[in-house]
Amino acid sequence: MKYESQKVALWYFAAAMGLFGVQILVGLLAGVVYVLPNTLSELLPFNLIRMIHTNALIVWLLIGFFGAAYYLIPEESEVELHSPKLALIQLGLFVFGALAAVVGYVFRVHEGREFLEQPTWIKAAIVVVALMFLYNITMTVLKGRRTVITNILLVGMWGIALFFLFSFYNPANLALDKMYWWYVVHLWVEGVWELVMASILAFLMIKMTGVDREIVEKWLYAIVGLALFSGILGTGHHYYWIGTPGYWQWIGSIFSTLEVAPFFTMVVFSFMMVWKSGRRHPNKAAMLWSLGCAVFAFFGAGLWGFLHTLAPINYYTHGTQVTAAHGHLAFYGAYAMINLAIITYAMPYLRGVQPYNQVLNMWSFWLMSGGMAFMTFALTVAGVVQTHLQRVMGMDYMEVQEQLALFYWMRLGAGVAVGAGVLLYLYAIFGPAREERPASIPTSYQPAE
Amino acid sequence: MTERFTKAAARNIFYGGSLFFFAAFVGLTALSHNYIVNKGTDSAGLTDAVARGKHVWEKNACINCHTLLGEGAYFAPELGNVWLRYGGDKDHEGAVTALKGWMAAQPSGIEGRRQMPQFNLTDREVEDLGAFLEWTSRINTQNWPPKLSG
Repeated sequence: MKYESQKVALWYFAAAMGLFGVQILVGLLAGVVYVLPNTLSELLPFNLIRMIHTNALIVWLLIGFFGAAYYLIPEESEVELHSPKLALIQLGLFVFGALAAVVGYVFRVHEGREFLEQPTWIKAAIVVVALMFLYNITMTVLKGRRTVITNILLVGMWGIALFFLFSFYNPANLALDKMYWWYVVHLWVEGVWELVMASILAFLMIKMTGVDREIVEKWLYAIVGLALFSGILGTGHHYYWIGTPGYWQWIGSIFSTLEVAPFFTMVVFSFMMVWKSGRRHPNKAAMLWSLGCAVFAFFGAGLWGFLHTLAPINYYTHGTQVTAAHGHLAFYGAYAMINLAIITYAMPYLRGVQPYNQVLNMWSFWLMSGGMAFMTFALTVAGVVQTHLQRVMGMDYMEVQEQLALFYWMRLGAGVAVGAGVLLYLYAIFGPAREERPASIPTSYQPAE
Repeated sequence: MTERFTKAAARNIFYGGSLFFFAAFVGLTALSHNYIVNKGTDSAGLTDAVARGKHVWEKNACINCHTLLGEGAYFAPELGNVWLRYGGDKDHEGAVTALKGWMAAQPSGIEGRRQMPQFNLTDREVEDLGAFLEWTSRINTQNWPPKLSG
C-alpha cells in the first residue's frame, strides 16, 4: 500500500463482510424453510427471507466493488484519493440505507419488483451515494496516471449507476415492465459488472505475477470486449417468453452462447499470466482466490448459463431449479469470489502486516467452494427432475416439489458447509494475524510490484 | 498477442464494438416496445383494475415466492397462467370467487407444507389482483409454459 487514502477500503471491506454474513445466515434460513416449511412462516414469511438474502448479496458485492475501487485506483493512478472523507461519508450513508431497507423489509415496507424492492427514497439515496462515489473516483483518475484498468473500472462503475436509473421506471404493462427491468438486472450482472470484475482481476494479476502491464492491458480489452459484444444482445435470452417478439429466440440463443467466451478468456488469461511469470507472490491465498474466481465464474456464469440458455431448452427449464443452480454458482464464482480475492490480497497491506493466516484462508476457500459446487449439483439435478415432471409430464407444481425434498436437504447441507467456510474466512481475515506461511512457500518469494 | 495487435487497436475495437452492440440493442428494444404495446399484450384491455392489481401484486412481494412468466422465486407455483388453471377463461366469476376463497384460507397451517401468508386483502384488492392475473394470462408468451401446470 503506497497511499494513505487507500485505507478507506478497510472500512468498505468490513462493511461488505458484515453484510456477507447476513446474506449467508438468511440464505441458510431460506434453505431450512425449503425442508421444514413451517419455520417462521408467520413471523418472517419466505418472500421476506428471500428478499433479504438477495438484497444483502447485491449490496455487499457493490460495497466490495466500491472498496476495491478505492483500494486500487490510488495505486493505479499514483495519487491520493480525491477525498477520503467523502468516501467514508458515502459508506456511512450506504450502510445506513441498506440497514434501513432490511429493517423495513421485516416490517413489510418494500416495493414489489424482484431485486428492486427498495422503497423509492432508498433508491434515490442509492443514486446520491453512487454520484458521490463516481465524483470521488473520477476526480482521482483525472488527476493521476491513466491506466486501462482504471478506465475500464470507471466505465463499469458509471454503467452501474446509469442502468440503475431504469429501476425508477415501472410501467403498468407487465411485459414492458419486465423488458426494462432487465436493463438493470441483466446489463448489470452480464454487462457492466463483468467490466468491474475483469479490471479487478487484471489488477491482481499485475500485482501478483509481475507480468508486463502492456500484456495484461491487451488481455483486459479483449475480455471486456467479448463480455459486452456477447452480453448486451445476450439480454435476448430473457426476452423469450415475456410478451416480446419471437426474433429474440434467435438473438438470445446466439449471443448468450457467446457469453461463455469472456469467462473462458478470463481462465486462459489468469493461468497464462501465472504460468508466464517466474515469481510467486507470498500471498498464496489471494492467488488461490483469483484463479478460483476465474474458474468458478467460467463454470457458474459460463457453462451453467449455457446449459439452459438456448431457446428450445429454456422453453422447458425456464424458472425451475436449474435457474436457481445457475444463479447461485454464477454469483459466487464471478462476483463473490472476486471480492474475496481482492480482500484477501489487500488486507495484509491495509493492516500493515505480512500475508497472514494463509492456511486458514485457503481452507475457507475449499470449504466455501466445495459447498457451492455441491449445492449447484443438487439444485441442477432437482431442476432436471422438476423440468421433466412439471414441464414434460405436466404434473402439479406442489406434487413435483415433494419429489425434490432429498435435493433440498442436500442443498441445506451444502449451505452449512458454505456457512462454515464463511466463518473461517472472516476469522482468517479479521482475526489475530499469524504470519506463518505454508511450508511450500520459501521466504525468498517477493511481491511482484 | 502479436506486436501488430496494439493496445490502441484493442481499445478502439472495445469502445467501437460496444457502442455498436448497444445501439443495436436499443434499436431492437424500441421495436420490441412497439410490438408489446400493439401485439404482444392487450393494451386496450389494460384497465385501471389491472394496473391496481399489479400494484397489489407488488405491494405484497408475491414475486419473492412465486414466478410470473418464469421470473421470480422458485418457491411457489408459476402464476402467469394461473388464471387458466382456475378456469377463468371460461368462467370469470367462478375464478374470482375461487381466488377469494384461496386468499382467505391462507395460511393453511398444515404441518410440512409450504405456507402462504395471510395478506388481509380486501374484496376489491382480490378482484383487482384477479384482473391483473387475467390480463397477464393473455400476454403472447410464444406458447410458454409448455403445460398448464406452469
